[in-house]
Amino acid sequence: MLDKELRSMIGDVKDGRMDRRAFIQRLAAVGLTAPLANQILALGGVAMAEGASTYKPTKRGGGGALKLLWWQGPTLLNPHFATGTKDQDGARLFYEPLACWDPDGNMKLVLAAEIPSIQNGGLAADGKSVTWKLKPGVKWHDGTPFTADDVVFNWEYAKDPATSALTIATLRDITVEKVDDLTVRILFNKPTPFWADAFVGAPNTIIPKHLFKDYTGSKSRDAPTNLSPVGTGPYKFVEFKPGDLIRGVINPDYHMANRPYFDSIEMKGGGDAVSAARAVIQTGEYDFGWNIQVEDDVLLRLEKGGKGRTVYAVGGDTEFIALNFTDPNTEVDGERSSMKTKHPLFSDPAVRKALSLLIDRESVKKAIYGRAGRTTANFLNGPEKFVSKNTSWEFSVEKASKMLDDAGWKPGADGIREKDGKKLKLVYQTSINGPRQKTQAIVKQACQKAGIDVELKSVVASVFFSSDVANPDTYAHFYADIEMFQIPLSQPDPSQHMRRYMSTNVSTKENKWQGTNFPRWVNKDYDATIQAAEGEMDPVKRAAHYIKANDIMFQDTVFIPVQHRLKVEAAANNLRPVISGWANESDNIFDWYREE
Amino acid sequence: MSQYVLRRLLIAIPSLLGISLVLFVVLALAPGDPFSELATNPNVPAEVALALRAKFGLDDPIYLRYVHWLNAMLHGDWGFSFVSRMNVDTLILQRLPATLYVIGSAQILALLIAIPVGVYAATKPYSLFDQVANTLAFVGFSLPTFFTGILFILIFSVTLDWLPFVYTTDIKGTGIRWVLEMIRQAIMPVAVLGLFQAASMTRFVRSAMLDVIRLDYVTTARAKGLGQAKVIVKHVMRNAMIPVVTLIALQMPAVFGGAIVTEQIFRIPGIGSLLISSILSNDTPVVMAVTFVFACLVVLFNLIADVLYGWLDPRISLR
Repeated sequence: MLDKELRSMIGDVKDGRMDRRAFIQRLAAVGLTAPLANQILALGGVAMAEGASTYKPTKRGGGGALKLLWWQGPTLLNPHFATGTKDQDGARLFYEPLACWDPDGNMKLVLAAEIPSIQNGGLAADGKSVTWKLKPGVKWHDGTPFTADDVVFNWEYAKDPATSALTIATLRDITVEKVDDLTVRILFNKPTPFWADAFVGAPNTIIPKHLFKDYTGSKSRDAPTNLSPVGTGPYKFVEFKPGDLIRGVINPDYHMANRPYFDSIEMKGGGDAVSAARAVIQTGEYDFGWNIQVEDDVLLRLEKGGKGRTVYAVGGDTEFIALNFTDPNTEVDGERSSMKTKHPLFSDPAVRKALSLLIDRESVKKAIYGRAGRTTANFLNGPEKFVSKNTSWEFSVEKASKMLDDAGWKPGADGIREKDGKKLKLVYQTSINGPRQKTQAIVKQACQKAGIDVELKSVVASVFFSSDVANPDTYAHFYADIEMFQIPLSQPDPSQHMRRYMSTNVSTKENKWQGTNFPRWVNKDYDATIQAAEGEMDPVKRAAHYIKANDIMFQDTVFIPVQHRLKVEAAANNLRPVISGWANESDNIFDWYREE
Repeated sequence: MSQYVLRRLLIAIPSLLGISLVLFVVLALAPGDPFSELATNPNVPAEVALALRAKFGLDDPIYLRYVHWLNAMLHGDWGFSFVSRMNVDTLILQRLPATLYVIGSAQILALLIAIPVGVYAATKPYSLFDQVANTLAFVGFSLPTFFTGILFILIFSVTLDWLPFVYTTDIKGTGIRWVLEMIRQAIMPVAVLGLFQAASMTRFVRSAMLDVIRLDYVTTARAKGLGQAKVIVKHVMRNAMIPVVTLIALQMPAVFGGAIVTEQIFRIPGIGSLLISSILSNDTPVVMAVTFVFACLVVLFNLIADVLYGWLDPRISLR
């Protein structure tokens, strides 16, 4: 049904009977995000529109200095080596991708001249290639022209394992070829419905061939340009001190009209989120503070009569509680949580369902996340067109207790429920982080009321998220009954995110716990749905598959979503930053300006 | 004398080796890895992070890694940071000026307060001045720097709006304006650290003075009819300062090592903040280098303190 409706709507947009905005809104109503809606249109034969710009200044420069505060300062400026978003943010001031994502998830052109579509011949109908036309006349900061050779070089540079580039993940399975000086073609080895990954967004910016060509492979670390970038971006590099400071000045030859607004830019690192919020909102020493993960009532207090405000961006990040489907307390062949075991308590679906009734998402929002959170029943919360409308959640200790009673879990002498000698005792682990420990406390309290005993455990983040095979406390080992964290949705598409939980990807000792399916959940239907989605070129059917996949997870209670988290930033009152939930904070930096 | 210094330097070698071995093993055994941020990025498959671990030698046995490190260190190669892929020595040299300036000024401030106050308090023990100085000293070293730091920020930056609380290394302006700005932004961190140091040092100076002031030769000097000022400065202080000099010499490594908490609060890009961020991101080559340099400085300044001893008090002979 959704399928047919969508098709006729695409037809309407093509013929001009329905405008693009209305189409996106309709899709949003059925649960698809804007970036996906746009890609649906692109594949349906309607060219993807470029996001409207809110940029007002009518001349380049004259805006003075822009002072940014990144409380975790960038430590390197080669985008291919970036281990975290902070490094991508820093590199993005100087380097640029072909296109980026605006706050609504629309594609915005940067180094590309037009958005590939079926009409302009940019997209192959079989989804196996995409052709990008590059903007003519773009120059690197040293005056050398930017051409297709640079794009091809980036692919060659990163796909060589000896370079130890982290972008290898995006670039190793594709082929990039030069068509002419201003045209590149990307070939995929299978139909790729989401084609806007390589060279799009802050993680995939392009470095100059002429300065890096002698430093590929094992010599990659010796390139002097690693520390003093020469890019195509709105600001030219001046100075870099890892973890402390990045400075740049306006690029007078920037390829976008009237941009940038600011004469110079400074990105300061160090400190913590609370004092960063203070420096922006309360004292106004800085114009913009990145990633202000601070309790909402603190922010509200700072905002009273302050010089700045908080800014939010909606993306698809979900804080969730994952349930372990294997037994963490039984060791089989030197491995706990082995695939050969079943979780003694969670093998009863009633226990999983009851637990989901005990997570008071509204209280978590009120007490912890405030304006930076939204309650949700879904694991997949974006882009909008992929979000299921078939699910719901509630918090009810009574219902949970009744459900457990009905399933035969009766309270014992100590008030803790038990059945067949198995007590309802859970170990609940997460990384050390203020909001997470508070959420743990809220959940524990509700569980206690329902007769479930919860033992809380918190692990230092650098251990919890490490790939250390020998450490049993990582999230991938999952030697606990339930665990909570979030996996960011780093692009406006759910494919990578959802592929993780296919049964072939379970995390085991055999694969050194590199498997991405850490709940070790096995469901044939889910596998089939994801497989169908990955081979599906029809955007509508594809979205439907992902919605179904989300609903299967919901039925099985694999994840209990705690909160749909928004990005929180702090900005001076007169600053007009452009922040997208689908991109790095500095991805739209060329459109930032100050209201006079 | 030179023989003594040489012998001490030779003894330092095995102890430094021992220190480096302990540091290395502890760091290697510590959990976590420098690529933990990658784990939750669905864009990066786990095998990419694992390949990086292997490339950076994190999967080799510890003894092998230690031998590699030691060998490179002997050739003057400090290795490179896993996090910024920059040479460790460049990274440290970049951070050194801020630490030397702020921590050094704080030490000087501490001395400028501690010596006059301590000396004067000792000349009039249990007087009103002494009581007040003592009380303030107790308050001073009971308050941790993370508390006074935030208190200062709230008073001088947020409420009064006099001073900036984010330390910047690229002050715009030249000449006198630059100097003034440099001083302005260092006032709070220097005061926080300096007053904390001064508090304990005042107590130390006072007691050192009191030990000497009661000795017979001081009474003799007074009996000869020398003035109070001359007796205190020429006779008492000269001898009382011997333990104080040791204390100062032993604090010198801290000037290079930075102050972790204060640097973090005021965002001073010094060695202390480099150390803590490297520890948090498991950047072992940097942590290793910073701690090892610190160990070397401690050994060196111990030697300097001993040599100074002999120079200040000729009765102490160094053999």
